[in-house]
Amino acid sequence: MNDSSEKSAPKKSGGIIKWIDERLPIFTFMKHQGEFRAPRNLSYMWSLGSIAGIALVIQIVTGIFLAMHYTPHASMAFDSVERIMRDVPYGWLLRYTHAVGASMFFAAIYIHILRGLYYGSYKSPREILWFIGVIIFLTMMATAFMGYVLPWGQMSFWGATVITNLFSAIPVWGENIVQWLWGGFSVENPTLNRFFSLHYLLPFIICGLVFLHLWALHTHGSNNPTGIEPKTKKDTIPLHPYYTIKDFVGFGFFFILMFYFVFFNPNYLGHPDNYIPANPMLTPEHIVPEWYFLPFYAMLRAIPSKLGGVLVMFSSIFVLFVLPWLDTHRTKSGSYRPIFKWFFWLFVANGLLLGWLGGKPAEGAFVIMARFATAYYFLYFIAVLPWLSRKEVATKTPKSISDSLEKVKIDG
Amino acid sequence: MARACFILLLLLTVIAPGNSLAADKTKEPVEMHWSFNGIWGSFDKQSIQRGYQVYKEICASCHSLKRIAYRNLADLAFAEEEIKAIAAGNSVKDGPNEDGEMFERHGRPSDKFVSPFANDKAARAANNGALPPDLSLIVKAREGGADYIYSILTGYDIVPTDVKMAEGMNYNLYFPGRQIAMANPLSDGAVTYIDGTEASVQQMAHDVVSFLQWAAEPEMEKRKRMGIKVMLFLLIFTGLFIAAKRRVWSRLDEEDKQQ
Repeated sequence: MNDSSEKSAPKKSGGIIKWIDERLPIFTFMKHQGEFRAPRNLSYMWSLGSIAGIALVIQIVTGIFLAMHYTPHASMAFDSVERIMRDVPYGWLLRYTHAVGASMFFAAIYIHILRGLYYGSYKSPREILWFIGVIIFLTMMATAFMGYVLPWGQMSFWGATVITNLFSAIPVWGENIVQWLWGGFSVENPTLNRFFSLHYLLPFIICGLVFLHLWALHTHGSNNPTGIEPKTKKDTIPLHPYYTIKDFVGFGFFFILMFYFVFFNPNYLGHPDNYIPANPMLTPEHIVPEWYFLPFYAMLRAIPSKLGGVLVMFSSIFVLFVLPWLDTHRTKSGSYRPIFKWFFWLFVANGLLLGWLGGKPAEGAFVIMARFATAYYFLYFIAVLPWLSRKEVATKTPKSISDSLEKVKIDG
Repeated sequence: MARACFILLLLLTVIAPGNSLAADKTKEPVEMHWSFNGIWGSFDKQSIQRGYQVYKEICASCHSLKRIAYRNLADLAFAEEEIKAIAAGNSVKDGPNEDGEMFERHGRPSDKFVSPFANDKAARAANNGALPPDLSLIVKAREGGADYIYSILTGYDIVPTDVKMAEGMNYNLYFPGRQIAMANPLSDGAVTYIDGTEASVQQMAHDVVSFLQWAAEPEMEKRKRMGIKVMLFLLIFTGLFIAAKRRVWSRLDEEDKQQ
């Protein structure tokens, strides 16, 4: 079996590795991954992808162990979570890591998305890469929402009631759809059961989507801060060891932030009402979702009509699917777009404002502000970007990636 | 500029949510210096033991503590014999026995704290329609946590002349709407502390809140101790990663010089 072609099989491989590789070229595949080249000017903003990846792994691992101790029944779910916290060895560590981990996953994803928005990572030839990313984001939102329902506290129950009720805004079939989602005439045990089932399923669908996301990424390689595609070999460096070690630095900082919350302030990102068992007879004074949904919640409540609010909320994500055709400016990176920059950072500030408003009661000045903020959110995509695409004059971009680095060195 | 803004953004995303909760018209809770605050926080076992006495002699007549077992009192430096005696002082419904009958027996350390009422309806019936909440998680289940519970316990006041109280309600500066069903539970000297500490209202409130904090987060001390170790580990390793990253990337500069 040693006489077969040498092709691209890994060097120094022993008999067994070679034997396996001929039948399933898994080692060749791994070698190619290791030799994969990335632009040499990637900043730490490009670490968020791998950070999100490790966050997903942490959620799945802690989640599998939590599911071993959790009971998905309306009359036992809350007690089983408290049992995890009190009686399961290191159960508190599992649960707090899972709960804080979800928040950190979203924090990483939001910055990852904003990085894409700033550097034009959604532009040709990376549109499909971007779309898969948006689908991952949507799936994450569904997963997180259903996960938050599982402890069956007051916010779990009422959050589930509010969000599932949104579907009743659909004309004609609305009521039927909502009852179908609930598995009954209100949020109750069947709802909890199916949410648990789906909460366990969806992360693995996210894994599949991540695989597609990486496949698309490796087809054209990473975008980079200049937005100029690599031209010569000098513009790129091997992913390993350069970016693997850089990613580890990112993991280090990510874990420090995450475990600060887990160990010292685990309930800071949560809501106290979720430590009160679900009570269908008692509505909390303010029903608020987890912080990462607040901007969308603010948009939902900014619109006076229920159907309108629901449409606006879903459109706020779906607009990302048409983004590659809204922003057609030739310059990819925002670094060379002096006017774009202002609108971008205003968009970011506006997003934070929406998040803040989402946590406030939907009344008076808060609603007015939310309407303006919602308007800007959409105007940024459907008016500002198309207008800038035609009018904005970009500053001179460097000739190549290595050229841009030379400049930095001379300036420094 | 982009980098600085992104870092600021990261910080804002995690700091902002704390401010997202709506403020009430009621008085803000008093800020206390608890021994369990902060990353070095620990339980004041003497205070918690006294707090247990306050709970047992005052709160327990209406409020259950159903997530705590008698064996958990070992955390508070109660000896095994003491715990057995405390548990045995309670009557627990068990069964059915071989004759199919339910029966009462003495409590064991593995039993959960026996609740004062058989069910929520019985609790309401005995409390003018109001349900005294279970206290196992009360500190985590209220905005403001330990400070808030302390403020409620010490926040009873004379009803102002312009306030009309609903029947059976009590005036409390810190309760949302300022009308609370629970009558003022503490008065100076309401318990006689075993360790001789003077039982002022503030002292009892402080002790019982310490006890309830422990009941809500019995793992807290262990969690924070472990957190310190994990943080040290992460800081060291992140430092090593940074050093390794610089070392590896310096190869690129050398390559550039050779060209």
